[in-house]
Amino acid sequence: MSLFLKSQISNLNSIEMNRIKQLFEKKKNILSIYYTAGYPDLIDTVRIAEALEKSGADMLEIGFPYSDPVADGPVIQASSKQSLDQGMTLNILFGQLKELRKNVTIPVLLMGYVNPVLQFGVENFCKACAEVGVDGCIVPDLPMVEYEEFYKGYFEEHNLSNVFLITPQTADERIKKIDSLTNGFIYLLSSSATTGKNLEVGNTTEAYFSRIQNMNLKNPTMIGFGISDKQTFDKACAYSNGAIIGTAFVKAIANGNIEQNVSDFMKNFKG
Amino acid sequence: MNYKVNEKGYYGDFGGAYIPEMLYPNVEELRQNYLQIIAEPDFQKEFHQLMKDYVGRPSPLYLAKRLSQRYGANIFLKREDLNHTGAHKINNTIGQILLAEKLGKKRIIAETGAGQHGVATATVCALRNLECVIYMGEVDIERQAPNVARMKMLGAKVVPASSGSKTLKDATNEAMRDWINNPIDTHYIIGSVVGPHPYPDMVALFQSIISEETKKQLIEQTGNDQPDYVLACVGGGSNAMGMFYHFMDDENVQLIAVEAAGKGVSSGFSAATTYLGKEGVLHGSRSILMQTPDGQVVEPHSVSAGLDYPGIGPQHAHLFKTGRGKYVSITDEESLEAGLLLTQLEGIIPAIETAHALAYLEKMEFKAGDNVVVCLSGRGDKDLDTYIKYFNL
Repeated sequence: MSLFLKSQISNLNSIEMNRIKQLFEKKKNILSIYYTAGYPDLIDTVRIAEALEKSGADMLEIGFPYSDPVADGPVIQASSKQSLDQGMTLNILFGQLKELRKNVTIPVLLMGYVNPVLQFGVENFCKACAEVGVDGCIVPDLPMVEYEEFYKGYFEEHNLSNVFLITPQTADERIKKIDSLTNGFIYLLSSSATTGKNLEVGNTTEAYFSRIQNMNLKNPTMIGFGISDKQTFDKACAYSNGAIIGTAFVKAIANGNIEQNVSDFMKNFKG
Repeated sequence: MNYKVNEKGYYGDFGGAYIPEMLYPNVEELRQNYLQIIAEPDFQKEFHQLMKDYVGRPSPLYLAKRLSQRYGANIFLKREDLNHTGAHKINNTIGQILLAEKLGKKRIIAETGAGQHGVATATVCALRNLECVIYMGEVDIERQAPNVARMKMLGAKVVPASSGSKTLKDATNEAMRDWINNPIDTHYIIGSVVGPHPYPDMVALFQSIISEETKKQLIEQTGNDQPDYVLACVGGGSNAMGMFYHFMDDENVQLIAVEAAGKGVSSGFSAATTYLGKEGVLHGSRSILMQTPDGQVVEPHSVSAGLDYPGIGPQHAHLFKTGRGKYVSITDEESLEAGLLLTQLEGIIPAIETAHALAYLEKMEFKAGDNVVVCLSGRGDKDLDTYIKYFNL
């Protein structure tokens, strides 16, 4: 079947909404949690997901580790290295995700760098995602041009949302282009930074968030990078559909009982 | 066949700009401006003036008589080791610092392996009075102490890269992270023909002065600007690309790129990328890199810090895949022996990187009258410790 035909059919398929779309239609102030697969222990991927859903997380971003994560700060780098040292691969992860979907009903995205995806094969990767119930992907170093020219068809065929990042330096025209290419949501970085910096909503950040709000994009937005507590979460929600927490969560589960750590961490965002 | 970059930033199947959105504005600013700025007459004038009066160019093309006798061919050495700071790296840093000034940048960052590119970057930052931060792997800081001291004397801040193998690859990661966190006022001077487009093309343009001069010098000395062979060592591949640049379209000139086999290509301690690597993405471009079946980057090994890198530039990947270039490899031991041989026959102590290219001469068969150019990319002062240990000097 030609790619063209496939994408026609996938357009029909996508009328059956995936979990991400359903979530944004029914909920505001969405709390999405990032964690690295296979960390702290290789087998923790499923436990963490179950505990997060139980404690009220709305969406999961599961990082598949890479040896050279240039967009990440020290915390996520270290968790990635530990996971790889424990033997994590995409094949093992897809096995865990199949297990995960037995109990977890909230949307799941996979986040990671492009080289492992290329070696797995982009088509195989999308197929595997669909088979285990992954709803979307975030691949920060997959450029928009290559995505559109070579890979978009595979993502659409398997009803996967491919989420792009934007920063305060991203030009309006480029944001519009991203908005037209993606479905799911747009990931707003609070500043141009590697992961793990704190969010300081000063005048410039506020102006940037408002600028995006006023663009009337077709996709909802989520704010990420620098969200670590209730205060920063609420600030982010004032300008978007929700926020993503990564580094602060990865730090919180480093040692001790997973279920207890997850539950304690999530209490920070209640009330 | 076209060996130069196309309008999309690709060399055949290789190249592109695989970068996170945080780096896009920086890289796009460069992409939109580099060719135009480089072509401006005042840029050209200043670049060539500095090349002549500060770097000491043109570097000589020296017919090495005793080496020629040994191999039964005319062996010419392109003497990049005689440049200010002792290697070809300065050609690129002069070009990029002028470009950074035109773009209004106030702060310069760079990665370094052996320290040659770090020294060349710190040098031009002192020259132009710009803030300079150099990322260097912890392991390399230890094994290249004199270059660390040079950078500090020149006013640079040397930041240790402590992740991964703590070598060049990790220093590059740290420099990219710095650039992500400083998106407005900082220019990243990448030291090789690697990284996202337009870096491979830009660095190759600045290094192409090597082959531009070589052609003129060959006409003066042999009456023919086309030698039979051109050889250079390849880590990321900047001296090789400079050496090959103006010969790429001369299809009767054989281009030979020499990679580091380390302890042997099958030893598990090697940096022979074209032999051990597969296609993939590293540091922002699609190229050939050493990796596991799962796409994790493999730690390379070479006695030479400058060749201790798990990838090659995308243009090299294209020359390799199309067969235009012949990619071979030389072990640690072979390179050290070749370094000593050049020292004893010609009175020139080469960098161990360069010695890899020289070592391949031993494996070639020449016809009488063959003209061979070897890029003598750097001098060996920085490697004395390694030579001393190996030869018990």
